[in-house]
Amino acid sequence: VSDCNHCDGLSRSRLLHRAAAEAGRGLPSIEAGMPLPAGTGLSRRSFLARGLGAALAVYGADKLLPGLFDAGIAAAASGPSQPILVSVFLEGGADALSVLSPQGDALYRKLRPQLALSGGTTFVEDDRLHWHPALGSLTQLYGEQKVTVMPAVGYTNADQSHFTSRHYWEVGATSTTLRTGWLGRYLDRTGTMDNPLQGLSLDDTLAPALATAKVPVASIDGPDQYDFWSRSVWGEVETRMLDAIGSFGSGGDPALAAAANAAAQVAKLRGQLQPFQGDNGISSPVPYPKTNDAFPRRLAGLAAMIASGLPLRVVALSAPGHYDTHSDQADALTTGLQLTADSLLAFQRDLEARGVADRVLVHVWSEFGRRGKENGSGGTDHGAAGVGFLLGTRVRGKMVGEFPGLKDGLDEDGNVKATADFRGIYAGLLEQWLGMDARGVIPDASSFARPALIR
Amino acid sequence: VAGVAVYRGPFDVARAERLLWRAGFGPRKGEAEALAKLGLARAVRSLTRPGSEKLVGPAPTDDKGRPLAPYDAWGHDHVWWLDRMVRTSRPLVERMALVWHDWFATSNDGVGSQRLMLQQNELFRSHSLGSFHNLLLEVTRDPAMLLWLNGSDNSRWSPNENYAREMMVLFTLGAGRGYTETDVREQARALTGFRNDWRSGVGPTNFRYDPKWHDAGAKTIFKKRGTYVWTDSVRLAVAHPSHPSFLVSKLWSYFVGSTLDAGTSAALQRTYVSSGYQIRPVVEAILMHPALYQGPRLFKSPVVYTAGLLRRLGAPVKTTAYAWLGSMAGQMLFYPPNVAGWDDTRWLDTATWRGRWWTAQYVLGALALDPAKGGQPFDANALVNGALQFWHHPPLTDATHAALTRFAQSALADAGKASWKRQQYPVMTMNALRHLIAVSPEMQAA
Repeated sequence: VSDCNHCDGLSRSRLLHRAAAEAGRGLPSIEAGMPLPAGTGLSRRSFLARGLGAALAVYGADKLLPGLFDAGIAAAASGPSQPILVSVFLEGGADALSVLSPQGDALYRKLRPQLALSGGTTFVEDDRLHWHPALGSLTQLYGEQKVTVMPAVGYTNADQSHFTSRHYWEVGATSTTLRTGWLGRYLDRTGTMDNPLQGLSLDDTLAPALATAKVPVASIDGPDQYDFWSRSVWGEVETRMLDAIGSFGSGGDPALAAAANAAAQVAKLRGQLQPFQGDNGISSPVPYPKTNDAFPRRLAGLAAMIASGLPLRVVALSAPGHYDTHSDQADALTTGLQLTADSLLAFQRDLEARGVADRVLVHVWSEFGRRGKENGSGGTDHGAAGVGFLLGTRVRGKMVGEFPGLKDGLDEDGNVKATADFRGIYAGLLEQWLGMDARGVIPDASSFARPALIR
Repeated sequence: VAGVAVYRGPFDVARAERLLWRAGFGPRKGEAEALAKLGLARAVRSLTRPGSEKLVGPAPTDDKGRPLAPYDAWGHDHVWWLDRMVRTSRPLVERMALVWHDWFATSNDGVGSQRLMLQQNELFRSHSLGSFHNLLLEVTRDPAMLLWLNGSDNSRWSPNENYAREMMVLFTLGAGRGYTETDVREQARALTGFRNDWRSGVGPTNFRYDPKWHDAGAKTIFKKRGTYVWTDSVRLAVAHPSHPSFLVSKLWSYFVGSTLDAGTSAALQRTYVSSGYQIRPVVEAILMHPALYQGPRLFKSPVVYTAGLLRRLGAPVKTTAYAWLGSMAGQMLFYPPNVAGWDDTRWLDTATWRGRWWTAQYVLGALALDPAKGGQPFDANALVNGALQFWHHPPLTDATHAALTRFAQSALADAGKASWKRQQYPVMTMNALRHLIAVSPEMQAA
């Protein structure tokens, strides 16, 4: 029986999606081979993994040719190095009480008779809490003072709908009517009209937090996955054809204008990513987890893009795993957290090896935590405050907010109360990391306390 | 329908084509012309009250010409339904099945059985235009849904509120519209009693309602007290005063790009409630409303776009590539991104646009002309006209027409005096023009 409403990670659609990108490179065996003919002895997943050799490749910074950038990109790339914020979303509402389990709280085992964890490294800032055993990589980075922990982050009167609460986090306000993301509004104030890479969604579709009102942003699976072909069109005609993508008319209709605009952004992005197409990749300086999931490959590509000087500002991607754990929570959480943390550690080491670690800060978040009491299906239902992290060499490494305890720290629904407000975190990131006034990006910014986040 | 405005302008071929896009997957060759001759009222009724289904054209196959295995083989479920959209004589029935798939968005990622997903799909088809109350009853006990939203995990001993919450938030009332957290918990109790077994090698099986697993105690739902069971839970949600406005406004948004005004909403709600929660009269009123014909264009979802290209060309489905192409364009059938369905405001971005490019490539691939054979005129205007003829003259704006002509002129100019280029470049230009038209803004929104 399944526990997930919101699957990504090792999901079939992701695998298909990645196989699609492969097939775009002209590997017909993938197309014809889905599904596998019976009796080959290979599982579907391993077959896809074998076919994904190139998709698991990594990217070389030294292959970028400055001549391929237009003037705006080149200017942005040669200017002073800008800080980059990477947003990593644990979709579904990750169980904070397992990520940092309050084993030292007397009520923990009463609320979680089946699910209570034991063991795991003690969290030194609050010895009631223990790191989830699958989070060894994060514990390692924490020990290097590269992790700031937010044990109970959220907002008061938390909405327990995935969609509403996630929307609040994405727009940076408890408003159901805002239609731009908080990072989108940051870009609308500081970005340019000719650089879609300033807001980059490394995903199948655009992350809503990046939704802008004005400036272009981009969404790609990975920088090596952006090629265009047409059957029986090549050479000079092909070049002319691909150039024509950016020249469609828009008419007066809003949908037509949006479609023409999307095509123009495609043309721009194709130019920016041309150096990453084909067989240009070289090895990352560090190993990433070996998996069919796209997450480590995307992070490896992101590190290469940052090191190559592409003008990225804010980046969003989804973590692997299933976090809406209404049932079978123990296994699902372990799998997802392990791959997420191991990939983020590799990404951090990659950035350090490339000498760009001081420019990058990762924010890990989820739309809410889960209920204190387990539900009897081996899972937990929707809760209130959740857990979040900031990662990087520049984070202050001091806990923001605190774990409120299970005796007095639960609300009337039995959910953890927030001790840090996500809008205060956003305001702090904008002001201390991205260097702009939070007013105008976060509604009522002045009403939220700003914790010190950066050293 | 009383109180709902009816479009009174000319119902010409362009309007008939728009109706076919909104209520289906666009015209086959000659279909818009035939529909326009019926006039608006008969045209709408021909869609909402079609005869028995006829499938037009050859059955779909995989890349090797073998029949599909939609219950068992990867991606064949997507391709099977896509083909039905392409070949059906009842396009609105398939379009409504797609609406319900989005409305009650169940993903095989959480179900793990194409057979159960297709069983649910048949439910959406057979209840496509009937009673919403009956539809919701069937959805509530549908095995795929019971797995997806933990309905069969929800027992008297360990309530699981997943389905109860989404039934109100996403299926009947809307977020924050007239229910409390207490209602969520009490609805979850009323919905207890569904079970299934799990057998190794078979998976989930033997779905049933077991009164012994039901919490028979009294519950308080929407401030009323009773020993409610699952049918009461559904009935209370449908009878809730917030439901009719939620239903008509959500249904409207699938067909019309402009917002629903308060007067029209009220009239549609009256239609809905007085018909006993019937869907057909509401859809008929929406399909005849002036806003559908005079309002802005709507984006086509990836599967509507793909089915539309194939219908327009009368081309058969002969590859299972459409499954991963759908994923690439942002819509793999039976795998909506989450229980809220696909986000209709975000179909197009730089990643999904590329998926549409590749989709058009697969639709056109088998029809591509061989440049070595020559045979196309060395004349930009003639090539553009030929490519438009190929697509049965889609209504392009002047600006796009001009962009296509500029491309053809520049491509031919590159040929210079080389004789092989003068033979082959016009053919490549024709292939390219067909592809560019397929991804033009005018083909993405109707």
